[in-house]
Amino acid sequence: MAETHSTLVEHSPDLQHHFDDMGQQFDAATLGMWAFLLTEIMFFGGMFGAYTVYRGMYPEAFASTSKLLNTWLGAVNTAVLICSSLTMAMAVRAAQMGQKKLLIWMLVFTMIFGAAFLGVKAYEYHDKWVEHLIPGLGFEYKDTQYFHQAQILFLLYFAMTGFHALHMVIGFGILSTLLVMAIRNRFSPEWYTPVEISGLYWHFVDIVWIFLFPLLYLIGLHQH
Amino acid sequence: MTHHISPVRDYVLVWLALVVLTFLTTYVAFFDMGQFNIVVAITIAVVKMSLVIWIFMGVRYTSRLTKLFVVAGFFWFLILIVMTGQDYVSRNWLARGHMW
Repeated sequence: MAETHSTLVEHSPDLQHHFDDMGQQFDAATLGMWAFLLTEIMFFGGMFGAYTVYRGMYPEAFASTSKLLNTWLGAVNTAVLICSSLTMAMAVRAAQMGQKKLLIWMLVFTMIFGAAFLGVKAYEYHDKWVEHLIPGLGFEYKDTQYFHQAQILFLLYFAMTGFHALHMVIGFGILSTLLVMAIRNRFSPEWYTPVEISGLYWHFVDIVWIFLFPLLYLIGLHQH
Repeated sequence: MTHHISPVRDYVLVWLALVVLTFLTTYVAFFDMGQFNIVVAITIAVVKMSLVIWIFMGVRYTSRLTKLFVVAGFFWFLILIVMTGQDYVSRNWLARGHMW
C-alpha cells in the first residue's frame, strides 16, 4: 500500500455510519416502527378475535351490556383521542419545519388530551367497580339469564380497554421524553425521527380505540 | 433530506371528518337496522382508521415498502379473524355429532 486515500464526507452529526444518507436512515426507522406496529396489531388482534367469537356465540348477552357502559363518556373520550391525534400530527409537522415553540406546545396539548382520556377512563372503571361489574369479583347482573355470558364481555372490556390504557400511559411517558428532548434542542428539520415514530405509535393507539368504541359501547344501543 | 410537509388544512380537515364520523356512528347506533348496525359501525371505523393511517400517519408519502408492510399487517389480521370465524361457525356443520 503506497498511499491511502481517505475522503472526509461532510454529513449530519445525526447520521449513523451504517446508513448512506439521512433519507435512508429515516425510511429505515419508519419501516422498523411499522414492523413493531404490525406486532401490536396481532397483539390486540388476539383480543379482537376473542371478542368476535364470543359475540357470535352470545349476541343477546353482549348487546345487553351496552346500556351499562356510558355511551356519552365513550363518545367524548373518542373525540378527546382524535384531538390528541391532531395535535400529535401538528407536533410532527412543527418538528419538520423546525418550529421549536410550536413543537413543545403541541406535545404538551397531546399530553393533556392523553391525560384527560385516562382520567375519564379511570372514572368509568370506578363506576364499574361501584356497580359490581368487575367479572369474578362480586359480579352482579340484573338480567340474571346473562350472568355468566355478560362476565365474558366485561372481561374482554377490561382486558381490551386496560391494555389500551396501558399503551396510553406508555405513550404519555414517550411524549414526556420527547418534550425534554425538544426543550434541549435535540430536534432539527434534518433529524426528528423520534417525533415521527412516536407519532406513529400514538396514532396507532388512537386507531385501536376507534374500533373499541363501537364494539364495546354501541353494539346493543338499538335494542332498547 | 427533504420531507413532504402536509399543509395544516389537511390535518384539520381529517380531524373534522373524524369528529363528524364519531358523532355519526354514535347517532346511527340508536336506530335498529338489525344485522346492519354492526356493518355500519365497522364501516365507519374502517373509514376513520384509513384517514388516520393515510394522512395523520403520513403513509401517503412513505416508501412503497412501508405501504406494503401496512397492507400486509392488516391482511394478516383479516386472516386471524376470518380463519377463526370460519372454524367456530362451521363446527357443527358435520352431521357426526361431537368429535371431541
